[in-house]
Amino acid sequence: MSGIVDLGIWQLLSAYIFVIFLLVIVRIKGISREKEILISSIRMTLQLIFVGYILAYLFENDHPGYTLLVIGVMETFAIFNIYKRVKGKLSMGLKKVIALSMASGTLLSIAYFLFVVIQISPWYKTQYFVPLAGMIIGNSMTGIALGVDRLVDGMRAKKDMVETALMLGATPKAASKTIVDHAFDSAIMPTINSMVGMGIVFLPGMMTGQILSGTSPLTAIEYQIAIMLGILGSVSLTVFLFVQMGYQSFFNKEKQLVVNE
Amino acid sequence: MESVFQLKEIQYKDILQVERMDIPLHKITCIIGESGSGKSTLLKMLNNLISPSKGEIFFKDESIQNMDSVELRRKVIMLGQNPVVFPSTIRDNFHIALGFSEKELLPDQKLEEYLRMVHLNKSLDQTVETLSGGEKQRLALARVFALDPEVLLLDEPSSALDEETETLIIEETVNYTKKYNKTLIMVTHAKLIAENYGENIVRISKGRYVMKEEK
Repeated sequence: MSGIVDLGIWQLLSAYIFVIFLLVIVRIKGISREKEILISSIRMTLQLIFVGYILAYLFENDHPGYTLLVIGVMETFAIFNIYKRVKGKLSMGLKKVIALSMASGTLLSIAYFLFVVIQISPWYKTQYFVPLAGMIIGNSMTGIALGVDRLVDGMRAKKDMVETALMLGATPKAASKTIVDHAFDSAIMPTINSMVGMGIVFLPGMMTGQILSGTSPLTAIEYQIAIMLGILGSVSLTVFLFVQMGYQSFFNKEKQLVVNE
Repeated sequence: MESVFQLKEIQYKDILQVERMDIPLHKITCIIGESGSGKSTLLKMLNNLISPSKGEIFFKDESIQNMDSVELRRKVIMLGQNPVVFPSTIRDNFHIALGFSEKELLPDQKLEEYLRMVHLNKSLDQTVETLSGGEKQRLALARVFALDPEVLLLDEPSSALDEETETLIIEETVNYTKKYNKTLIMVTHAKLIAENYGENIVRISKGRYVMKEEK
């Protein structure tokens, strides 16, 4: 197997023809999206260059402090991204629950995945830690965001049902069970569905990357299977923690339903 | 006379204000007043579904602030103005309600008895989607009967019924209350019902408790 071909600067620049192509189309069609296309292309380029240099530096200077810093930044970014993604206003209580379930669920999964499954050594080895943790955090973020959406929506839409249940003597847990179950289900289904198409409908990004860099496809699928299971575990755990704590933020001490419209 | 509920200097936002109110035990209390006067608010406070901004409510001499809300609600079952029936069969609706209250499930024979009480001549296997608004309301009432509460809080239990059915249902409810020695507290828009069946009438006007009549 040969290593990957390094792209020359002109080769890379020639790929921007696709952006120009898109710009021409929207101009002809009169769709006013030029600004967004330009900004997103520039952002993508700059962000990746930036990350590339940071990672190159980190790989050469392995240090537990750096690894922890990177994890911290990723977690923080993911949590604020969830806040931003959810339509409607989130209560302070719910925001705390999101942060707590996201951090504890992903960190636990990452620890198990890296130290028990992959067994990296030393434990902070950036080359493994950063990309694998990133995938776990990213997928969990998407899962929780979906779960939050469904839970908030469900509590608002089914307010009467929850109140009827409370009037009949239900505990808050029993009164919101169907909503909580639905939120959990909706949040983990995309991960489960993506496993079904894997390898047939599309080749996952990590595996593609490894193959391009000269790794044997058989090694690549080992990693892909492992990370997929890691992602499944982390999404399930974070979403589970979130819905279990999340529904409680809709009830007060008196076990009354509090839904801000 | 023994009270089931006592309200002391109650204020709920700017919606309802009650200086003092006693609701007698084992009696039928009707709450009347024009819409928007705060009747439903009062009922919800008795179920501790909402808390007063000021003042205290006592359930049999115990402040409900010190009680576990779920415990209270299992003794004081409320039927809201827009009760939700759960999208399943009639039997499941009973079972779900019994499950919420953590009571033992009842045999079909008993459930059918409750259906007869609300004059709902349907099979337990029938799904609720096929019921009309009035039928759903009656099922919701039957569900409350099945929970065998000490106190029934009914918010316009007959609003979706025609006059004839309304009389039948109210009469059954009154009979049930008397037969099992329960307390009934009922919001109603129908003055006639209050006059005919209410042993204690509470009139609320513009968020103020204005009058109490006893027979």
